[in-house]
Amino acid sequence: MLANYAIVGIFLVAAISFPLIPLVLAFFLRPKRPTPLKTSTYECGLEAIGDVHVQFKVQYYLYALAFVIFDIEVIFLYPWAVAFQVVGLYGLIAATIFLLMLFAGLLYEWRKGALEWV
Amino acid sequence: MEVVVQITFGVIAVFILVAAAMVVSVRNVIHAALWLIACFFGVGALYMLLEAEFLAVVQVLIYVGAVSVLILFAIMLTRQITGEGVRQLTNRWPVVLAIATLLFATVLAPTLINQQWNVPPAPPLGTPEPIAGPAELGRGFVNEFLIQFQVVGVLLTVALIGAIVIAYEERARRRKVLTLAEELELKRLREQTSPTVPAPVEAEPVVQESRSASER
Amino acid sequence: MDWLTILIIVIQCFVITLAVTTAFAYLTLFERRILARLQNRVGPNRAGPAGLLQPAADAVKLFFKEDIVPAMADKPVYLLAPAVAVIPALIIWAVIPFGCLNLNWDYQACYDPARTNLWNILQITDLNIGVLYVLAVTSIGVYGITLAGWASNNKYSMLGGIRSSAQLISYELALGCAVLSVVMTYGTLSTHEIVTQQQGGLWGIIPQLLGFVLYMIAATAEVVRAPFDLVEAEQELTGGYNTEYGSMKFALFFMAEYIKLIAVSALAVTFFFGGWHFPGLDILGREVTALAGPVAGSIVFGIVSLGAFLLKVVVFLFISVWVRASWPRLRYDRLMDLGWKWLLPVGLLNLVYTTVVIILIPDRVVHSWVLFGLGAITIAIAIGFNRTPKPIDNVTLVKDIQLPN
Repeated sequence: MLANYAIVGIFLVAAISFPLIPLVLAFFLRPKRPTPLKTSTYECGLEAIGDVHVQFKVQYYLYALAFVIFDIEVIFLYPWAVAFQVVGLYGLIAATIFLLMLFAGLLYEWRKGALEWV
Repeated sequence: MEVVVQITFGVIAVFILVAAAMVVSVRNVIHAALWLIACFFGVGALYMLLEAEFLAVVQVLIYVGAVSVLILFAIMLTRQITGEGVRQLTNRWPVVLAIATLLFATVLAPTLINQQWNVPPAPPLGTPEPIAGPAELGRGFVNEFLIQFQVVGVLLTVALIGAIVIAYEERARRRKVLTLAEELELKRLREQTSPTVPAPVEAEPVVQESRSASER
Repeated sequence: MDWLTILIIVIQCFVITLAVTTAFAYLTLFERRILARLQNRVGPNRAGPAGLLQPAADAVKLFFKEDIVPAMADKPVYLLAPAVAVIPALIIWAVIPFGCLNLNWDYQACYDPARTNLWNILQITDLNIGVLYVLAVTSIGVYGITLAGWASNNKYSMLGGIRSSAQLISYELALGCAVLSVVMTYGTLSTHEIVTQQQGGLWGIIPQLLGFVLYMIAATAEVVRAPFDLVEAEQELTGGYNTEYGSMKFALFFMAEYIKLIAVSALAVTFFFGGWHFPGLDILGREVTALAGPVAGSIVFGIVSLGAFLLKVVVFLFISVWVRASWPRLRYDRLMDLGWKWLLPVGLLNLVYTTVVIILIPDRVVHSWVLFGLGAITIAIAIGFNRTPKPIDNVTLVKDIQLPN
C-alpha cells in the first residue's frame, strides 16, 4: 500500500517540476526592468487609494462555518457509503437518522436566513 | 524499505516541527496560517506513513480544505494582518521556557522510560482486528460505534446552530433595503402627510434591479 | 521493486504530466477555435497549419514577457500562489484511469476489480481511497486563487480571491454529495473498480442521472468556468485574482484552470460514462489476442481504450466551451443560492433516493433504471420550480405598480 503512495510521491515530484521548469526558464529569458510606475498597484490607471485589506462581510465567514460542518458530515458518510450495501436495512436506518440531522441543520440555517446573500 | 520509511518519517517530523515553530513565530497572521496548513499536511503525511490512508485523506480534506479556509476567512475579517512592532516575547521568556520544558519533560519522561522501542505490544487474546479501510470503518459506524456515529451527527448539528446563533446577525437588525413598491408607497405617504412626517432614518431607498427603471 | 519497475514508473509519471500539459496547450486552441465558430468568427488560424502552432507561439510570448512583481505585494505568498494553484490540478491525475494497457500482457486483467496481475501503464496508481483523494486534492485548489488574491494587494484581486473561495467551498459540498452518491452506487472508493463495474453498458449515468447533473454543475463551478466565472469577471473585476500576475506566473494560473477542466471532464467520464469502456472493446481484445498473441492484444486494447476515453473527454470539453459561449454569468447572490438552496438539498435528496432504492431493490439493472426515473422526475420538478414566475428578489416591476390616482 505504501508503494502506491510512493508512486503518488514520484508523481508529485513530476507535478512540482513541471511548473518550476518554465518559471526558471522564463527567469533567464525575460527582461526585467521594473520602474516604480510599473510595479505600482493596478487600478485602471488611477492611483490606488485606501487599504486593500478591509473588513469583509461576515456572510463569507458564515458560509465557511456552514461549509466546515457539512463537509465533516459528508465525509462521515463516505465510509458508510462503501459498506451500506453490506450492512443492509439496519445501516439504512442509522444513516437516515444521520442524514436527517444534516437536513435539520440545513433547514434551520435556511429558515434563519443565514443563507441569504444580502 | 524499512530504512526509507524511517528517513521519510524523520523528514516529515522535522518539517512538522519547523512549520509549527513558524506558526507561532512569524509576525504576519496570514503567513502563520499558511505555516499551519503546511503543518496539517505534514500530519497527513505522517498518517499516510502509518498506513492510515483514510485518516490521512480526511486530515487533508477537513483540516487543510475546510478548517484552514475558515481560519483564513477569520483573518481576512480582521483588519490588522501584520503585527509589525508588536512584541512577541516577554522579558522573562527564558523563565517561561524553562518551566514549560520542565512540565513537558515530566509528562514525557515516564513514557520515554517505560517505552520498549520497536516492539509493538502483543494484543491480548480475543481483541478484534484493527479497523483498517473505509469499508470496515463504515461497517463499524452502524454496528459497534452506532451511538458514537449518531452523537457526532448531533454534535455537528448543534455546532452549526451554535455558530449561527453566535455569528449571525438577524435580518431585522440590519439596514433595511426597500423594494420599489415600498419606496413608492413611502413617497406617497410622505406626500399626503407632508411635511410633518420626516423620512425614517435607517430606511435608505435602493433600487435593486436596474431593469425596472429602464422599462419605464 | 526492481530498478526497471521504478524507472518505468518515473518515466510514466513524467510522460503523463507532459501529456496533460500538452493537452492543456491544445485545449486553449480548441476552445478559441470552437468559440470563434460559435460566434461566427474564424479564430486563430495563422500560426502553422490551421493554427496548430498557436499554443507554441503563446508559450514563446509568455516566456519573453517582462515579469512585474507589484511593489506592494506580499512577495513569498505572491510567488507561491501560482504553484499552489497548478500542483493540485496536476496531481488529481494520479488516480484517473484513462485506459488500460496491462504491462503483464493480459487484457482480461483489466476487467478484474481485484487488480490481480494488472499493471496498468495508463493509470499512475490505483488507490483504495481514490475518490477521496480526488476530493482532497480539489479542496486544496481553493488556496491558489485565495492566496493570489490576497498577496497581490490589489482591490480587484482581493475581491476576486475572496469571492472565489466562498464559491469554491459552497460548490465543494454539492460535489461531495454527487460523488458520494456514485460511491454508494458502486460501493467502492477505487476509480479502477468504479470503471470495471460499469462494464456491460450500464454506465453510471443510468443509476446516477441526478448525480451526474449535480456533478456537472458543481464541477463547472469548482473549476470557475462560465457561467460560474465570477472570480475573474472581466467586466467588473478586470482579471479577478490574477490582475497583478503576468508572464509565466499568469500562464500557470491559466494552466491550472484548464488542466482542472480536463480533469473534471475525465472524472465525469470515469464516474458516469464508463471510463475507457467502449462497446465491443472486449471482443476486439479477444480477437487480436487470438490473432497475434497476448502482447499485441494488450497493446491494441490499451490504445483503443485510451482512444475511447479521450473521445468521451473531448465531447465534455466541447460541451464546456459551448456552455461558455451561450450562457451569461450568474449574479453572486444567485450563485450562492444555487449552491446552497438547490444543489445541496437536491444532493442530499439524491443520497436518500440512492440508499432506499438500492436497499429495497437488490437487482442491479432494475434499481439502476428506477433511480434513473426518479432522477429524471426530480430534475423535471426542479426545473419546473425554477421556471415558475416569481417576484425577482422582492422587487416589483414598474409595470406592476398601481399608482394612486
